[in-house]
Amino acid sequence: MDDLYRELIIDRYKNPHFRGSLEPHDISFEDDNPLCGDHIRIDLRINGNERVSEVAFDGHGCAISQATADLLAESIVGKSLDEVKQISKQDILDMLGIELGPVRLKCALLSLKVLKAGVYGLGEASDELVEN
Amino acid sequence: MIKHRIKTDLDVEQIRLDFPILKREVHPGVSLIYLDSTATTQKPTQVIQAMDDYYRSYNSNVHRGVHTLAEEATAAYESARQRVANFIHAPSAREIIFTRNTTESINLIAFTWGRTYLQEDDLVILTEMEHHSNLVPWQILAAEKGIQLEFIPITTDGILELDVYRKLLEQMPKLVSFTQMSNVLGTINPAKEIVQMAHQAGAITIIDGAQSVPHFSVDVQDLDVDFLAFSAHKICGPTGLGVLFGKINLLNDMPPFLGGGEMIKRVLLRSFTPNEVPHKFEAGTPAIAESIGLHSALDYVDQVGMDKIAAHEQKMISYALERLEEVPGVHVIGPAAKHKGGVAAFTFDGIHPHDVAQVLDRSGIAVRAGHHCAMPLHEKYNIPATTRASFYLYNTLDEVDRLIEGLYTVKEFFG
Repeated sequence: MDDLYRELIIDRYKNPHFRGSLEPHDISFEDDNPLCGDHIRIDLRINGNERVSEVAFDGHGCAISQATADLLAESIVGKSLDEVKQISKQDILDMLGIELGPVRLKCALLSLKVLKAGVYGLGEASDELVEN
Repeated sequence: MIKHRIKTDLDVEQIRLDFPILKREVHPGVSLIYLDSTATTQKPTQVIQAMDDYYRSYNSNVHRGVHTLAEEATAAYESARQRVANFIHAPSAREIIFTRNTTESINLIAFTWGRTYLQEDDLVILTEMEHHSNLVPWQILAAEKGIQLEFIPITTDGILELDVYRKLLEQMPKLVSFTQMSNVLGTINPAKEIVQMAHQAGAITIIDGAQSVPHFSVDVQDLDVDFLAFSAHKICGPTGLGVLFGKINLLNDMPPFLGGGEMIKRVLLRSFTPNEVPHKFEAGTPAIAESIGLHSALDYVDQVGMDKIAAHEQKMISYALERLEEVPGVHVIGPAAKHKGGVAAFTFDGIHPHDVAQVLDRSGIAVRAGHHCAMPLHEKYNIPATTRASFYLYNTLDEVDRLIEGLYTVKEFFG
């Protein structure tokens, strides 16, 4: 239990740094985790160098899904869109520093799935985006 | 014990120790000779234990629980999906859908892909040697949507007439669906060539792999087939679980099959958004224990070696055909041994297959009698039914000898 809810995760769940919305924005995407009803929307502003200048997320769900979204948001500020596309499942797990079973993995990967679907300009998010 | 001049590639005596049922007597003092693996295969201890272990130590529903048992059961279920993908060389586990059996897999395609993409007068090509599971779903669709069905005919030896197929392809079919190995004739069809020809004509392809996947190595990428269906229980796994492989682009564009839990992403009172592939096609609680059993079964046959199993069955059928020929009045249908797997269906002059099977059972020999879910095929040969002996990795040449002795007893009994 202590492993799963590290201080970092609880802290960012209770006091997120990037919760909100951006109007106007350059990219916005949202999706659900059908397994437990988590919902995440991510808004991005992109500067002239194709880099993320501002990011905000909103949504509801478990501590894992929301804290991951906040940490992911923080990690992409200043990154190029190509760099964002390279973020992997393992990057998320490293960021969280915890082991996750297949069910909770879906919670942790929801924000990355939403982010990538938005950056790739896809109509729909797919598990394929976060398979590796 | 009779010493045979031919040797097979398997240590069958060792393999038989893994199958507890093979030790039983079917009548007092009469041990079982199981020659009905085409209908269903026996299960090794490893498979039975894997399922038993699930029920004893981590039984839980999958996907929506966060407790330890749910995590373990979900991991086991999804790992079975990955194992199946590896076994048939599918590029991704997302292309593997768990169904109830081969029949449901083919129905799933007919009811989702078929209903969406087939229109009135569209042509579907099947063959004359299909199991009912690859006939009736298309007949239902023909009645519903007015699609046309054509059949690749077979020669008297039970070989597909590819020249006729080539002609049929000129009519630009939308779909070609065929068995890779006949459950009656035993014919192994040139699947790669059939798929290639279909693709050149712009058709989608389905392989009924119920009899092929358990008996020789099948590679969906090498075949380039669009869909492949098979059943767990015919490959040392449990009943109640089937597999449908589909290329991801096709699956993504297909509507859902059954509605309910797990197949949805969002549900409102009057509408729903479907879940992603493969969950989109897996409504309701799946066959969890069975998926774990199939995983173990695939480990088992892979450990023995699919190529060795195929070689063993080739020797078994060659020997069986040779011996069956000796029995006056017995006529095996289907091609020569080199074109077929371990299936010998035959007629016995003047004796109905049910009587043959009944008398063989007295000697503990389990064979199947009837039309084997291929009535049109039997009609083609102008016979109402056949007796069918079929072989798998646990069968021995001695068992073939016992079958032959049994047939002489049948002859005496009715002669």
